Amino acid sequence: MTFLSNIIQFLSEWGPNLLWGLAATVQIALGGYVLGLLIGLGGALGKIYGGSMTRWGLEIYTTLIRAVPELVLILLLYYAGTQLLNEVLRSFGYEPVDISGVAAGVAVLGIVQGAYATEVIRGAMQAIPKGQVEAAQAYGMSAFLTFRRIMLPAMVPLALPGMANLWLIITKDTALLAVVGFEELAGATRQAAGSTRLYLEAFVVAGAIYLCLTLASNSFFKWLEGRTTRGQAKLGAA
Amino acid sequence: MLRHQRRDFHAYFYPAGRPGLLPVLWAQLVSGATKNSAIHVDGLRKSFGDLEVLKGVSMDARDGDVVSIIGASGSGKSTFLRCINLLELPSAGNITIAGEPIKFAPVKDGVMNPADRKQIQRLRTNLGMVFQGFNLWGHMTVLQNVMEAPVHVLGQSKAEAREKAEALLQRVGLFEKREQYPAFLSGGQQQRAAIARALAIEPQAMLFDEPTSALDPELVGEVLKVIHSIAEEGRTMILVTHEMAFARDVSSQVVFLHQGQVEEQGTPDQVFKYARSERCKAFVSSIH
Repeated sequence: MTFLSNIIQFLSEWGPNLLWGLAATVQIALGGYVLGLLIGLGGALGKIYGGSMTRWGLEIYTTLIRAVPELVLILLLYYAGTQLLNEVLRSFGYEPVDISGVAAGVAVLGIVQGAYATEVIRGAMQAIPKGQVEAAQAYGMSAFLTFRRIMLPAMVPLALPGMANLWLIITKDTALLAVVGFEELAGATRQAAGSTRLYLEAFVVAGAIYLCLTLASNSFFKWLEGRTTRGQAKLGAA
Repeated sequence: MLRHQRRDFHAYFYPAGRPGLLPVLWAQLVSGATKNSAIHVDGLRKSFGDLEVLKGVSMDARDGDVVSIIGASGSGKSTFLRCINLLELPSAGNITIAGEPIKFAPVKDGVMNPADRKQIQRLRTNLGMVFQGFNLWGHMTVLQNVMEAPVHVLGQSKAEAREKAEALLQRVGLFEKREQYPAFLSGGQQQRAAIARALAIEPQAMLFDEPTSALDPELVGEVLKVIHSIAEEGRTMILVTHEMAFARDVSSQVVFLHQGQVEEQGTPDQVFKYARSERCKAFVSSIH
Protein backbone atom coordinates (compact mmCIF):
# COMPACT_ATOMS: atom_id res chain seq x y z
CA MET A 1 0.00 0.00 0.00
CA THR A 2 2.74 2.40 0.94
CA PHE A 3 4.44 1.60 -2.39
CA LEU A 4 1.36 2.62 -4.36
CA SER A 5 0.72 5.75 -2.32
CA ASN A 6 4.40 6.60 -2.60
CA ILE A 7 4.16 6.33 -6.38
CA ILE A 8 1.08 8.55 -6.43
CA GLN A 9 2.80 11.08 -4.22
CA PHE A 10 5.95 10.88 -6.36
CA LEU A 11 3.98 11.36 -9.55
CA SER A 12 2.06 14.33 -8.25
CA GLU A 13 5.30 16.07 -7.35
CA TRP A 14 7.72 14.90 -10.03
CA GLY A 15 5.40 13.66 -12.77
CA PRO A 16 5.65 16.85 -14.84
CA ASN A 17 9.45 16.76 -14.64
CA LEU A 18 9.51 13.18 -15.88
CA LEU A 19 7.16 14.08 -18.72
CA TRP A 20 9.47 16.90 -19.72
CA GLY A 21 12.28 14.37 -19.63
CA LEU A 22 10.27 12.06 -21.84
CA ALA A 23 9.63 14.89 -24.29
CA ALA A 24 13.37 15.61 -24.44
CA THR A 25 14.11 11.91 -24.91
CA VAL A 26 11.64 11.59 -27.78
CA GLN A 27 12.88 14.81 -29.35
CA ILE A 28 16.50 13.70 -29.36
CA ALA A 29 15.65 10.15 -30.39
CA LEU A 30 13.56 11.42 -33.31
CA GLY A 31 16.22 13.88 -34.40
CA GLY A 32 18.99 11.32 -34.15
CA TYR A 33 16.88 8.71 -35.91
CA VAL A 34 16.04 10.95 -38.84
CA LEU A 35 19.67 12.04 -39.14
CA GLY A 36 20.75 8.40 -38.93
CA LEU A 37 18.20 7.45 -41.58
CA LEU A 38 19.52 10.10 -43.97
CA ILE A 39 23.13 9.08 -43.33
CA GLY A 40 22.09 5.46 -43.75
CA LEU A 41 20.38 6.10 -47.11
CA GLY A 42 23.36 8.04 -48.41
CA GLY A 43 25.78 5.53 -46.94
CA ALA A 44 24.00 2.56 -48.47
CA LEU A 45 23.84 4.24 -51.90
CA GLY A 46 27.53 5.14 -51.58
CA LYS A 47 28.49 1.61 -50.60
CA ILE A 48 26.58 0.12 -53.52
CA TYR A 49 27.07 2.65 -56.30
CA GLY A 50 30.02 4.73 -55.11
CA GLY A 51 33.56 4.73 -56.43
CA SER A 52 36.30 2.94 -54.57
CA MET A 53 37.20 6.04 -52.49
CA THR A 54 33.61 6.50 -51.32
CA ARG A 55 33.29 2.83 -50.49
CA TRP A 56 36.52 2.86 -48.51
CA GLY A 57 35.51 5.94 -46.57
CA LEU A 58 32.14 4.45 -45.70
CA GLU A 59 33.72 1.16 -44.72
CA ILE A 60 35.99 2.98 -42.27
CA TYR A 61 33.03 4.96 -40.91
CA THR A 62 30.78 1.95 -40.29
CA THR A 63 33.61 -0.16 -38.90
CA LEU A 64 34.92 2.46 -36.48
CA ILE A 65 31.55 3.60 -35.20
CA ARG A 66 30.30 0.09 -34.69
CA ALA A 67 33.53 -0.94 -32.97
CA VAL A 68 33.48 1.68 -30.21
CA PRO A 69 31.03 1.56 -27.27
CA GLU A 70 28.34 4.17 -27.64
CA LEU A 71 29.06 5.71 -24.25
CA VAL A 72 32.67 6.28 -25.27
CA LEU A 73 31.54 7.73 -28.60
CA ILE A 74 29.16 10.08 -26.87
CA LEU A 75 31.85 11.32 -24.50
CA LEU A 76 34.33 11.56 -27.36
CA LEU A 77 32.08 13.32 -29.83
CA TYR A 78 30.48 15.58 -27.23
CA TYR A 79 33.65 16.85 -25.53
CA ALA A 80 36.28 16.31 -28.19
CA GLY A 81 33.84 17.23 -30.98
CA THR A 82 32.96 20.54 -29.33
CA GLN A 83 36.61 21.28 -28.70
CA LEU A 84 37.55 20.45 -32.27
CA LEU A 85 34.75 22.56 -33.69
CA ASN A 86 35.79 25.53 -31.58
CA GLU A 87 39.47 25.10 -32.49
CA VAL A 88 38.49 25.16 -36.13
CA LEU A 89 36.25 28.19 -35.63
CA ARG A 90 38.98 30.04 -33.75
CA SER A 91 41.56 29.31 -36.43
CA PHE A 92 39.23 30.90 -38.96
CA GLY A 93 38.80 33.86 -36.67
CA TYR A 94 35.29 33.13 -35.44
CA GLU A 95 34.02 33.26 -31.88
CA PRO A 96 33.76 29.86 -30.19
CA VAL A 97 30.19 28.68 -29.88
CA ASP A 98 28.32 26.97 -27.09
CA ILE A 99 26.79 23.85 -28.52
CA SER A 100 23.34 23.12 -27.15
CA GLY A 101 22.79 19.77 -25.50
CA VAL A 102 19.99 18.92 -27.93
CA ALA A 103 22.07 19.63 -31.02
CA ALA A 104 25.03 17.68 -29.68
CA GLY A 105 22.82 14.78 -28.64
CA VAL A 106 21.11 14.62 -32.01
CA ALA A 107 24.42 14.82 -33.85
CA VAL A 108 26.11 12.15 -31.74
CA LEU A 109 23.24 9.67 -31.83
CA GLY A 110 22.62 10.37 -35.51
CA ILE A 111 26.21 9.57 -36.40
CA VAL A 112 26.06 6.35 -34.39
CA GLN A 113 22.70 5.35 -35.87
CA GLY A 114 23.88 6.24 -39.36
CA ALA A 115 26.53 3.53 -39.23
CA TYR A 116 24.04 0.84 -38.30
CA ALA A 117 21.35 2.19 -40.65
CA THR A 118 23.85 2.14 -43.55
CA GLU A 119 24.19 -1.61 -43.16
CA VAL A 120 20.47 -2.25 -42.63
CA ILE A 121 19.54 -0.20 -45.71
CA ARG A 122 22.36 -1.61 -47.81
CA GLY A 123 21.08 -5.11 -47.10
CA ALA A 124 17.54 -4.11 -47.97
CA MET A 125 18.60 -2.38 -51.17
CA GLN A 126 20.59 -5.35 -52.36
CA ALA A 127 17.62 -7.61 -51.70
CA ILE A 128 15.44 -5.72 -54.21
CA PRO A 129 14.96 -8.04 -57.18
CA LYS A 130 17.07 -6.74 -60.06
CA GLY A 131 14.15 -7.07 -62.46
CA GLN A 132 12.19 -4.40 -60.57
CA VAL A 133 14.89 -1.85 -61.31
CA GLU A 134 15.37 -3.07 -64.89
CA ALA A 135 11.68 -2.65 -65.57
CA ALA A 136 11.86 0.92 -64.30
CA GLN A 137 14.82 1.66 -66.55
CA ALA A 138 13.18 -0.03 -69.51
CA TYR A 139 10.23 2.38 -69.28
CA GLY A 140 12.46 5.44 -69.37
CA MET A 141 12.73 6.29 -65.68
CA SER A 142 15.73 8.35 -64.64
CA ALA A 143 17.98 7.07 -61.87
CA PHE A 144 16.37 9.42 -59.35
CA LEU A 145 12.82 8.51 -60.37
CA THR A 146 13.72 4.81 -60.21
CA PHE A 147 15.07 5.33 -56.71
CA ARG A 148 12.07 7.32 -55.51
CA ARG A 149 9.25 5.37 -57.12
CA ILE A 150 10.61 1.82 -57.24
CA MET A 151 13.67 1.18 -55.07
CA LEU A 152 12.60 3.14 -52.00
CA PRO A 153 9.12 1.61 -51.66
CA ALA A 154 10.42 -1.86 -52.56
CA MET A 155 13.12 -1.50 -49.93
CA VAL A 156 10.98 -0.23 -47.04
CA PRO A 157 9.40 -3.57 -46.06
CA LEU A 158 12.83 -5.21 -46.22
CA ALA A 159 14.49 -2.54 -44.09
CA LEU A 160 11.62 -2.07 -41.64
CA PRO A 161 12.38 -4.81 -39.07
CA GLY A 162 15.98 -3.64 -38.82
CA MET A 163 15.02 0.02 -38.72
CA ALA A 164 12.40 -0.66 -36.02
CA ASN A 165 15.16 -2.25 -33.95
CA LEU A 166 17.32 0.82 -34.42
CA TRP A 167 14.50 3.07 -33.25
CA LEU A 168 14.01 1.07 -30.06
CA ILE A 169 17.75 1.16 -29.45
CA ILE A 170 18.00 4.92 -29.93
CA THR A 171 15.11 5.64 -27.55
CA LYS A 172 17.20 3.99 -24.85
CA ASP A 173 20.57 5.29 -26.02
CA THR A 174 19.29 8.75 -25.20
CA ALA A 175 19.76 7.77 -21.54
CA LEU A 176 23.51 7.75 -22.17
CA LEU A 177 23.33 11.49 -22.76
CA ALA A 178 22.72 11.88 -19.03
CA VAL A 179 26.48 11.50 -18.59
CA VAL A 180 27.09 14.73 -20.46
CA GLY A 181 24.53 16.43 -18.27
CA PHE A 182 21.67 16.40 -20.66
CA GLU A 183 18.28 16.48 -18.96
CA GLU A 184 16.27 13.66 -20.52
CA LEU A 185 14.09 10.99 -18.96
CA ALA A 186 16.86 9.03 -17.21
CA GLY A 187 18.54 12.19 -15.94
CA ALA A 188 15.24 13.63 -14.70
CA THR A 189 14.49 10.36 -12.95
CA ARG A 190 17.85 10.28 -11.19
CA GLN A 191 17.38 13.83 -10.01
CA ALA A 192 13.86 13.13 -8.80
CA ALA A 193 14.94 9.95 -7.05
CA GLY A 194 17.80 11.72 -5.34
CA SER A 195 15.72 14.53 -3.97
CA THR A 196 12.77 12.37 -2.84
CA ARG A 197 14.79 9.32 -1.80
CA LEU A 198 12.03 7.25 -3.44
CA TYR A 199 14.53 5.31 -5.58
CA LEU A 200 12.41 2.23 -6.21
CA GLU A 201 9.28 4.23 -7.07
CA ALA A 202 11.14 6.65 -9.30
CA PHE A 203 12.87 4.02 -11.40
CA VAL A 204 9.74 1.85 -11.61
CA VAL A 205 7.89 4.86 -13.00
CA ALA A 206 10.71 5.60 -15.45
CA GLY A 207 10.78 1.97 -16.54
CA ALA A 208 7.04 2.06 -17.12
CA ILE A 209 7.39 5.19 -19.25
CA TYR A 210 10.10 3.55 -21.38
CA LEU A 211 7.86 0.51 -21.71
CA CYS A 212 4.93 2.65 -22.90
CA LEU A 213 7.20 4.33 -25.44
CA THR A 214 8.30 0.93 -26.71
CA LEU A 215 4.75 -0.40 -26.90
CA ALA A 216 3.56 2.67 -28.79
CA SER A 217 6.52 2.38 -31.17
CA ASN A 218 5.83 -1.31 -31.70
CA SER A 219 2.26 -0.75 -32.71
CA PHE A 220 3.31 2.06 -35.05
CA PHE A 221 5.90 -0.15 -36.75
CA LYS A 222 3.42 -3.02 -36.95
CA TRP A 223 0.96 -0.76 -38.68
CA LEU A 224 3.66 0.50 -41.05
CA GLU A 225 4.80 -3.02 -41.81
CA GLY A 226 1.26 -4.11 -42.55
CA ARG A 227 0.85 -1.16 -44.86
CA THR A 228 4.10 -1.60 -46.76
CA THR A 229 3.81 -5.37 -47.18
CA ARG A 230 0.30 -5.34 -48.61
CA GLY A 231 1.68 -6.59 -51.91
CA GLN A 232 3.56 -9.53 -50.45
CA ALA A 233 2.46 -13.10 -50.09
CA LYS A 234 3.66 -13.77 -46.55
CA LEU A 235 5.49 -16.66 -45.01
CA GLY A 236 3.97 -18.31 -41.95
CA ALA A 237 0.47 -18.83 -40.65
CA ALA A 238 -2.23 -17.10 -42.66
CA MET B 1 -2.60 -6.54 -92.74
CA LEU B 2 0.05 -5.92 -95.33
CA ARG B 3 2.11 -8.69 -93.82
CA HIS B 4 -0.54 -11.29 -94.40
CA GLN B 5 -1.27 -10.07 -97.87
CA ARG B 6 2.37 -10.42 -98.70
CA ARG B 7 2.46 -13.97 -97.50
CA ASP B 8 -0.63 -14.76 -99.56
CA PHE B 9 1.08 -13.23 -102.53
CA HIS B 10 4.00 -15.58 -102.11
CA ALA B 11 1.76 -18.55 -101.65
CA TYR B 12 -0.12 -17.63 -104.81
CA PHE B 13 2.93 -17.54 -107.03
CA TYR B 14 5.02 -20.13 -105.26
CA PRO B 15 2.62 -22.55 -103.67
CA ALA B 16 5.12 -25.31 -102.99
CA GLY B 17 8.55 -23.88 -103.39
CA ARG B 18 11.08 -21.50 -102.01
CA PRO B 19 10.07 -17.96 -102.98
CA GLY B 20 12.12 -16.66 -105.85
CA LEU B 21 14.51 -13.80 -105.56
CA LEU B 22 12.54 -11.24 -107.51
CA PRO B 23 9.32 -11.24 -105.48
CA VAL B 24 11.36 -11.07 -102.28
CA LEU B 25 13.28 -8.08 -103.56
CA TRP B 26 10.11 -6.52 -104.80
CA ALA B 27 8.38 -6.97 -101.45
CA GLN B 28 11.35 -5.45 -99.66
CA LEU B 29 11.39 -2.59 -102.06
CA VAL B 30 7.70 -1.93 -101.51
CA SER B 31 7.95 -2.22 -97.75
CA GLY B 32 11.11 -0.13 -97.76
CA ALA B 33 9.40 2.58 -99.69
CA THR B 34 6.22 2.68 -97.66
CA LYS B 35 7.32 1.83 -94.14
CA ASN B 36 9.79 3.53 -91.88
CA SER B 37 12.50 1.72 -90.02
CA ALA B 38 11.37 1.17 -86.42
CA ILE B 39 14.47 -0.53 -85.10
CA HIS B 40 17.69 -0.85 -86.99
CA VAL B 41 20.67 -2.67 -85.51
CA ASP B 42 23.98 -2.85 -87.27
CA GLY B 43 26.98 -5.01 -86.39
CA LEU B 44 26.12 -5.40 -82.73
CA ARG B 45 28.79 -6.97 -80.57
CA LYS B 46 28.70 -7.78 -76.90
CA SER B 47 31.26 -9.44 -74.67
CA PHE B 48 31.01 -10.52 -71.08
CA GLY B 49 34.65 -10.54 -70.07
CA ASP B 50 36.44 -12.85 -72.48
CA LEU B 51 33.21 -14.41 -73.70
CA GLU B 52 31.87 -12.82 -76.87
CA VAL B 53 28.12 -13.41 -76.81
CA LEU B 54 27.19 -11.38 -79.88
CA LYS B 55 29.54 -11.31 -82.83
CA GLY B 56 28.17 -8.67 -85.12
CA VAL B 57 24.40 -9.06 -85.34
CA SER B 58 22.33 -6.86 -87.66
CA MET B 59 18.59 -6.58 -87.94
CA ASP B 60 16.06 -4.25 -89.45
CA ALA B 61 12.49 -4.03 -88.24
CA ARG B 62 10.18 -1.73 -90.15
CA ASP B 63 6.93 -0.33 -88.84
CA GLY B 64 4.46 -3.16 -88.41
CA ASP B 65 7.07 -5.91 -88.67
CA VAL B 66 6.99 -8.81 -86.27
CA VAL B 67 10.53 -10.14 -85.95
CA SER B 68 11.02 -13.38 -84.06
CA ILE B 69 14.46 -14.25 -82.79
CA ILE B 70 15.00 -17.93 -82.25
CA GLY B 71 17.97 -20.08 -81.32
CA ALA B 72 19.30 -22.43 -78.68
CA SER B 73 19.90 -21.17 -75.15
CA GLY B 74 23.15 -19.31 -75.01
CA SER B 75 22.90 -18.23 -78.63
CA GLY B 76 22.67 -14.61 -77.50
CA LYS B 77 19.05 -13.86 -78.37
CA SER B 78 18.05 -12.34 -75.02
CA THR B 79 21.29 -10.38 -74.82
CA PHE B 80 20.60 -9.02 -78.29
CA LEU B 81 17.11 -7.88 -77.30
CA ARG B 82 18.38 -6.31 -74.07
CA CYS B 83 21.02 -4.39 -76.01
CA ILE B 84 18.32 -2.71 -78.10
CA ASN B 85 17.06 -0.70 -75.11
CA LEU B 86 20.48 -0.69 -73.45
CA LEU B 87 19.63 -2.87 -70.49
CA GLU B 88 22.89 -4.44 -71.61
CA LEU B 89 25.56 -2.16 -72.93
CA PRO B 90 26.97 -3.34 -76.26
CA SER B 91 30.68 -3.50 -77.03
CA ALA B 92 30.33 -2.30 -80.63
CA GLY B 93 27.74 -1.56 -83.28
CA ASN B 94 24.99 0.90 -84.08
CA ILE B 95 21.39 1.03 -82.92
CA THR B 96 18.76 3.26 -84.47
CA ILE B 97 15.32 3.63 -82.92
CA ALA B 98 12.62 5.21 -85.09
CA GLY B 99 15.26 6.76 -87.31
CA GLU B 100 17.24 8.23 -84.43
CA PRO B 101 20.69 6.74 -83.87
CA ILE B 102 21.67 6.15 -80.23
CA LYS B 103 24.61 8.33 -79.32
CA PHE B 104 27.40 6.35 -77.68
CA ALA B 105 30.45 7.46 -75.76
CA PRO B 106 33.79 5.97 -76.81
CA VAL B 107 34.29 2.36 -75.73
CA LYS B 108 35.56 2.08 -72.16
CA ASP B 109 36.29 -1.20 -70.36
CA GLY B 110 34.83 -3.06 -73.30
CA VAL B 111 31.39 -1.42 -73.23
CA MET B 112 29.82 1.53 -74.99
CA ASN B 113 28.04 3.77 -72.52
CA PRO B 114 25.31 6.04 -73.84
CA ALA B 115 26.61 9.55 -74.44
CA ASP B 116 23.30 11.14 -73.54
CA ARG B 117 21.24 9.62 -70.72
CA LYS B 118 18.24 11.81 -71.55
CA GLN B 119 18.20 10.48 -75.09
CA ILE B 120 18.17 6.89 -73.82
CA GLN B 121 15.35 7.64 -71.40
CA ARG B 122 13.35 9.23 -74.19
CA LEU B 123 14.01 6.44 -76.70
CA ARG B 124 13.15 3.81 -74.11
CA THR B 125 9.63 5.22 -73.89
CA ASN B 126 9.25 4.14 -77.53
CA LEU B 127 10.01 0.55 -76.61
CA GLY B 128 7.60 -1.49 -74.50
CA MET B 129 9.62 -4.22 -72.85
CA VAL B 130 8.07 -7.46 -71.61
CA PHE B 131 10.36 -9.61 -69.48
CA GLN B 132 10.63 -13.35 -69.03
CA GLY B 133 10.14 -12.93 -65.27
CA PHE B 134 7.31 -10.34 -65.61
CA ASN B 135 9.09 -7.87 -63.28
CA LEU B 136 5.89 -6.20 -62.17
CA TRP B 137 6.50 -3.78 -59.33
CA GLY B 138 5.50 -5.71 -56.25
CA HIS B 139 4.51 -2.75 -54.08
CA MET B 140 1.92 -1.52 -56.58
CA THR B 141 -1.42 -2.91 -57.59
CA VAL B 142 -1.91 -4.09 -61.14
CA LEU B 143 -3.58 -0.80 -62.04
CA GLN B 144 -0.81 1.25 -60.43
CA ASN B 145 1.76 -0.80 -62.35
CA VAL B 146 0.08 0.06 -65.63
CA MET B 147 -0.33 3.75 -64.72
CA GLU B 148 3.18 4.26 -63.34
CA ALA B 149 5.17 5.10 -66.47
CA PRO B 150 2.41 7.13 -68.19
CA VAL B 151 2.03 9.33 -65.09
CA HIS B 152 5.61 9.63 -63.86
CA VAL B 153 7.60 9.33 -67.07
CA LEU B 154 5.27 10.65 -69.75
CA GLY B 155 3.57 13.18 -67.49
CA GLN B 156 -0.01 12.18 -68.22
CA SER B 157 -2.67 13.16 -65.73
CA LYS B 158 -3.78 10.47 -63.32
CA ALA B 159 -7.31 10.50 -64.68
CA GLU B 160 -6.16 10.10 -68.26
CA ALA B 161 -3.67 7.36 -67.38
CA ARG B 162 -6.27 5.55 -65.31
CA GLU B 163 -8.80 5.55 -68.11
CA LYS B 164 -6.26 4.14 -70.57
CA ALA B 165 -4.93 1.63 -68.06
CA GLU B 166 -8.40 0.32 -67.34
CA ALA B 167 -9.09 -0.08 -71.04
CA LEU B 168 -5.82 -1.98 -71.48
CA LEU B 169 -6.56 -4.23 -68.51
CA GLN B 170 -9.98 -4.84 -69.99
CA ARG B 171 -8.27 -5.87 -73.18
CA VAL B 172 -5.90 -8.37 -71.56
CA GLY B 173 -8.76 -9.67 -69.42
CA LEU B 174 -7.55 -8.40 -66.07
CA PHE B 175 -9.95 -5.57 -65.32
CA GLU B 176 -11.40 -7.48 -62.36
CA LYS B 177 -7.91 -7.97 -60.93
CA ARG B 178 -6.88 -4.33 -61.19
CA GLU B 179 -6.75 -3.71 -57.43
CA GLN B 180 -4.76 -6.88 -56.74
CA TYR B 181 -1.06 -6.98 -56.02
CA PRO B 182 1.07 -8.98 -58.48
CA ALA B 183 2.11 -11.59 -55.90
CA PHE B 184 -1.48 -12.78 -55.72
CA LEU B 185 -1.84 -13.40 -59.46
CA SER B 186 -0.92 -16.46 -61.51
CA GLY B 187 2.10 -16.27 -63.81
CA GLY B 188 -0.11 -15.92 -66.86
CA GLN B 189 -2.06 -13.08 -65.27
CA GLN B 190 1.15 -11.34 -64.22
CA GLN B 191 2.53 -11.56 -67.73
CA ARG B 192 -0.70 -10.20 -69.21
CA ALA B 193 -0.54 -7.33 -66.72
CA ALA B 194 3.07 -6.75 -67.74
CA ILE B 195 2.00 -6.59 -71.37
CA ALA B 196 -0.66 -4.02 -70.49
CA ARG B 197 2.02 -2.05 -68.63
CA ALA B 198 4.23 -2.09 -71.73
CA LEU B 199 1.36 -1.05 -74.01
CA ALA B 200 0.46 1.81 -71.66
CA ILE B 201 3.43 3.91 -72.79
CA GLU B 202 2.07 3.58 -76.33
CA PRO B 203 5.39 2.35 -77.65
CA GLN B 204 6.37 2.33 -81.30
CA ALA B 205 7.67 -1.18 -80.83
CA MET B 206 7.28 -3.97 -78.31
CA LEU B 207 10.20 -6.04 -77.11
CA PHE B 208 9.30 -9.48 -75.78
CA ASP B 209 12.04 -11.36 -73.97
CA GLU B 210 10.91 -15.00 -73.82
CA PRO B 211 7.51 -13.95 -72.51
CA THR B 212 6.21 -17.46 -71.93
CA SER B 213 9.36 -19.29 -70.79
CA ALA B 214 8.64 -18.84 -67.08
CA LEU B 215 5.04 -20.01 -67.35
CA ASP B 216 3.38 -23.30 -66.58
CA PRO B 217 2.45 -24.98 -69.88
CA GLU B 218 -1.28 -24.50 -69.33
CA LEU B 219 -0.79 -20.73 -68.91
CA VAL B 220 1.24 -20.21 -72.09
CA GLY B 221 -1.84 -20.07 -74.32
CA GLU B 222 -3.52 -17.11 -72.63
CA VAL B 223 -0.35 -15.01 -72.97
CA LEU B 224 0.29 -16.00 -76.57
CA LYS B 225 -3.30 -15.04 -77.39
CA VAL B 226 -2.69 -11.52 -76.11
CA ILE B 227 0.61 -11.22 -77.99
CA HIS B 228 -1.09 -12.49 -81.11
CA SER B 229 -3.77 -9.82 -80.86
CA ILE B 230 -1.09 -7.14 -80.52
CA ALA B 231 0.69 -8.47 -83.59
CA GLU B 232 -2.55 -8.40 -85.50
CA GLU B 233 -3.17 -4.74 -84.87
CA GLY B 234 0.05 -4.09 -86.77
CA ARG B 235 2.31 -3.13 -83.92
CA THR B 236 6.02 -3.54 -84.47
CA MET B 237 7.39 -6.34 -82.32
CA ILE B 238 10.67 -8.04 -81.63
CA LEU B 239 10.00 -11.37 -80.02
CA VAL B 240 12.59 -13.67 -78.49
CA THR B 241 10.88 -17.01 -78.12
CA HIS B 242 11.06 -20.76 -77.90
CA GLU B 243 7.49 -21.11 -79.18
CA MET B 244 8.27 -22.12 -82.75
CA ALA B 245 4.72 -22.66 -83.93
CA PHE B 246 3.79 -19.24 -82.62
CA ALA B 247 6.83 -17.55 -84.18
CA ARG B 248 5.97 -19.13 -87.47
CA ASP B 249 2.40 -17.95 -87.21
CA VAL B 250 2.85 -14.30 -86.24
CA SER B 251 6.21 -13.30 -87.68
CA SER B 252 6.96 -11.36 -90.80
CA GLN B 253 10.65 -12.08 -90.28
CA VAL B 254 12.50 -14.78 -88.36
CA VAL B 255 16.10 -14.54 -87.26
CA PHE B 256 17.93 -17.69 -86.20
CA LEU B 257 20.91 -16.94 -83.99
CA HIS B 258 23.70 -19.39 -83.44
CA GLN B 259 26.64 -18.64 -81.15
CA GLY B 260 26.14 -14.93 -81.42
CA GLN B 261 25.73 -14.75 -85.18
CA VAL B 262 22.81 -14.61 -87.55
CA GLU B 263 22.80 -18.06 -89.10
CA GLU B 264 19.54 -17.77 -91.00
CA GLN B 265 17.17 -14.89 -91.59
CA GLY B 266 14.03 -14.46 -93.65
CA THR B 267 10.31 -15.06 -93.80
CA PRO B 268 8.94 -17.82 -91.55
CA ASP B 269 8.82 -20.15 -94.53
CA GLN B 270 12.39 -19.41 -95.49
CA VAL B 271 13.60 -20.24 -91.99
CA PHE B 272 11.28 -23.04 -91.01
CA LYS B 273 10.81 -24.81 -94.33
CA TYR B 274 13.66 -23.91 -96.63
CA ALA B 275 16.56 -23.13 -94.35
CA ARG B 276 19.91 -23.22 -96.08
CA SER B 277 21.91 -23.69 -92.92
CA GLU B 278 22.16 -27.23 -91.60
CA ARG B 279 22.22 -25.96 -88.01
CA CYS B 280 19.02 -24.05 -88.53
CA LYS B 281 17.37 -27.09 -90.08
CA ALA B 282 18.52 -29.26 -87.19
CA PHE B 283 17.33 -26.73 -84.60
CA VAL B 284 13.95 -26.25 -86.20
CA SER B 285 13.34 -29.97 -86.59
CA SER B 286 14.49 -30.76 -83.06
CA ILE B 287 12.00 -28.28 -81.64
CA HIS B 288 9.05 -29.36 -83.73
